[in-house]
Amino acid sequence: MVFRSEEMCLVQLFLQSGSEYDCISELGELGLVEFRDLNPSVSSFQRRFASEIKRCDEMERILGYLLREIQKAKIAIPGEDDGPLAPPPRQVLEIMEQLQRLEMELCEVAKNKEKLQRNLRELTEYTHMLKITRTFIHSRSRYEEFPTVETGSVTGCTGMQRLGAKLGFISGLIQRVKVEAFERMLWRVCKGYTILSYTEVDESLADLDTGEIGKSVVFLISFWGDQIRQKVQKICDCYHCHLYPHPENDDERADVLDSLRIRIQDLNNVLHRTEDYLRQVLQKAAESAYSWVVQVKKMKAIYHILNLCSFDVTNKCLIAEVWCPVSDLTNLRGALEEGSRKGDATVPSFVNRIPSSDTPPTLLRTNKFTSGFQSIVEAYGVGDYREVSPAPYTIITFPFLFAVMFGDLGHGTVMSLFALWMVLMEKKQKKKRSGNEIWATFFSGRYIILMMGLFSIYTGLIYNDCFSKSLNIFGSGWSIKPMFANQHWTNKTVQSNSLLTLDPNVSGVFSGPYPFGIDPIWNMAVNRLSFLNSYKMKMSVIIGVIHMSFGVVLSVFNHLHFQQKFSVYLVFLPELLFLLCLFGYLVFMIVYKWLVFSARESSQAPSILIHFINMFVMQGNDITPLYPGQTGLQIFLLVVAMVSVPMLLLGKPLYLHWLYRGGKALRRRRGYERVRRVSEDDGSITSTCDDDEEEGVDGLTIREAPPKQFDFADVLLHQAIHTIEFCLGCISNTASYLRLWALSLAHAQLSEVLWAMVMRLGLRITTKVGVVFLVPVFGLFATLTVSILLVMEGLSAFLHALRLHWVEFQNKFYHGTGVKFLPFDFSHLPSVFEQDGLL
Amino acid sequence: MPSLLFCGPKMAACGMVISIWGVIMLAMLGIFFSAKSAVLIEDVPFTEEDIRNDPNPPQKIYSLYNQVGINCFIAAGIYVVVGAVSLCQVRLNKRQEYMVT
Repeated sequence: MVFRSEEMCLVQLFLQSGSEYDCISELGELGLVEFRDLNPSVSSFQRRFASEIKRCDEMERILGYLLREIQKAKIAIPGEDDGPLAPPPRQVLEIMEQLQRLEMELCEVAKNKEKLQRNLRELTEYTHMLKITRTFIHSRSRYEEFPTVETGSVTGCTGMQRLGAKLGFISGLIQRVKVEAFERMLWRVCKGYTILSYTEVDESLADLDTGEIGKSVVFLISFWGDQIRQKVQKICDCYHCHLYPHPENDDERADVLDSLRIRIQDLNNVLHRTEDYLRQVLQKAAESAYSWVVQVKKMKAIYHILNLCSFDVTNKCLIAEVWCPVSDLTNLRGALEEGSRKGDATVPSFVNRIPSSDTPPTLLRTNKFTSGFQSIVEAYGVGDYREVSPAPYTIITFPFLFAVMFGDLGHGTVMSLFALWMVLMEKKQKKKRSGNEIWATFFSGRYIILMMGLFSIYTGLIYNDCFSKSLNIFGSGWSIKPMFANQHWTNKTVQSNSLLTLDPNVSGVFSGPYPFGIDPIWNMAVNRLSFLNSYKMKMSVIIGVIHMSFGVVLSVFNHLHFQQKFSVYLVFLPELLFLLCLFGYLVFMIVYKWLVFSARESSQAPSILIHFINMFVMQGNDITPLYPGQTGLQIFLLVVAMVSVPMLLLGKPLYLHWLYRGGKALRRRRGYERVRRVSEDDGSITSTCDDDEEEGVDGLTIREAPPKQFDFADVLLHQAIHTIEFCLGCISNTASYLRLWALSLAHAQLSEVLWAMVMRLGLRITTKVGVVFLVPVFGLFATLTVSILLVMEGLSAFLHALRLHWVEFQNKFYHGTGVKFLPFDFSHLPSVFEQDGLL
Repeated sequence: MPSLLFCGPKMAACGMVISIWGVIMLAMLGIFFSAKSAVLIEDVPFTEEDIRNDPNPPQKIYSLYNQVGINCFIAAGIYVVVGAVSLCQVRLNKRQEYMVT
């Protein structure tokens, strides 16, 4: 883990026009540099490589279609661990051709399948219609319409004569919902010259075009006359009926039914084969689908980056501006050489480092352990360029502060085991790309949770709390027997009092403090909370003052690095004096009282709070001093703290004002004085820029170029805000650290309540069979422990520890207004298909 | 033979975790109760008359301690059985998953 972010430099890359694709491909694989946009005013359609990007988009579209089809067919896509490299331009056309061919094939096959299915549905409907109209004709109730066919009339149904008119038939299917309206319309239009009989089809048929399943009705219309026929046909059209030719007689009907059956069988066969073929095609495509996706993604990224570059005048080489870490310059040169070699360039590409006045982005290298802690620091704000990073200390202080609030041996063990399991199966888990966001969050913080659990075990041993019970490892330091020895307690005292106090002044009762942690006897004491509260509150204040002082000390490194040595004397020193004179003294008094006053003087032990308040109102004369010379020392400390406030408020603005108001003699020195926000980390550049500043030509910030424009009011206002924030913040932040006490108390109480209300019920069972009751009671206890005490309390303590870091610790030295370094790296680019869940 | 699988993979995993935790914790509780730890006095089901009418103090309380300790061991034993059943379920689930894919 690093102390501060890495040194970056602005580098110009000169890429030869033959090999620029390969060079950028190499850089993308390594992920070394961040590209800057050299054509910000050009729209995306006017850029040079817009047509190539369009081609990539087209390929992505086809790939998306392909992946959707593969997913529909439920074929698994094998992924590879290390993706293929970006394809060279000549291979691109091949891939494009392959994809287009595949798309055409798939489209055709899909269309054919559609047609076949439609055909199948039509035939099914026809079959149903034939079967049902047969029942119409042969059912007895219709006897009047259709004179029985057994008479052997040769004219058949259509030639039937009734009342001198020719009888015609129209049959077909209509949707069930439309049938009543159809009937009514028929009646009104044809004025009774038609007879409609219909029956619903038993099975739900798929609609011809849409494929929706719905109920249909088979109908048979018998009519007289030709005009009626036309009207009926028009009405049928209107209601979207599917009409099928009605057979003349039973033989014809039977023939048609047979042929239909055969045709349906054939169609089913063909459909099966088509589906098989489709599946084969998709399977073959699925094998290379993954590599195509990766290749297209990389290609598109490379063209996008190429669009950011600018062409030089001769149009022979591409110029790119990148931010590169200084330590990676050799790797960068190596990558460009490799790219030039791959692209068979005659002239190799080279780099040229240029000075810059822009603030570079911030880069902090992390490994899988530190990346979790770095991300929680960055969630507050990415550090300024070359600012001291709080992340390495967070690795220890964050789990520690969490553990102070969570301290329970049993819960810590469960949490550590869970985190250990996640750490041990991290290789397997990385391959499985789970969609569950909450699980992904927990998994990415597995090292944080492991540290938190281990530290909680430690604080659990200190608090001597294991599922709300204390462990007696070393033997308690308190003993009850000596209380009976000198007749302090008799049998009568025990019988007549429900609560008794052990007096440590009686010899033998208290034989010394417990070697490690809180004495287990306190678990059974009624006044346990009074003791623990005092201890935990004082501990919280001590931890808070130490943490904040550490933060203030870290700001020295920032002041020194940004060449503001005056800030060390005018800002850091007053801050530290104010903090230590007031709250450092409070910590001193706490520790003094712990060391000096023992059980013997406990009745005369002073209240630290009263002494502290008296210090401020300077009325300490009527109470006995803690130590000789206390009043004098306290007045001295108070005066020092009071003096440091105006020094903090006015020191820096007045000094800067004097500096800028000074004559030309100071101009030389001005090159070394920089206001905080300007980025200048390379000492060699400052001397060269001295002369430039006289002319004001270079790109340095204008703020300090002409001395007359130094805004005293602005600086004074900033400093006033900082002073008020710091001084009031000291008080409020110290009190804020009392949440360490509050949350640990809440956790201990919740744990105790859970045991008393759940586990105790199971343990106090006296009946013979009651032992089985203990099993579900324990299950309930375990579930509630995990859900309430581990998840809820854990998240709460996590949040509060995080807040203590972000606000109370980091606002003493950290600015967090920087920009993160985002290198051009193929592995960091999200894939559109993964987001859609297709891959 | 009908399938012996009656719970999904997650439920079986939960069952395993709770069983292991139960075995360890209840066994330790049993040991602490048998060692007559004073911290656990509130969990022992004694009554006022147990203390007053005891001819040979504190044997009555000790015997109650032992009783609760034995209860804990029995519960730990039941959890061993539950753990075994969960382990079976986990294995069956894995086998079914292997066969389907």
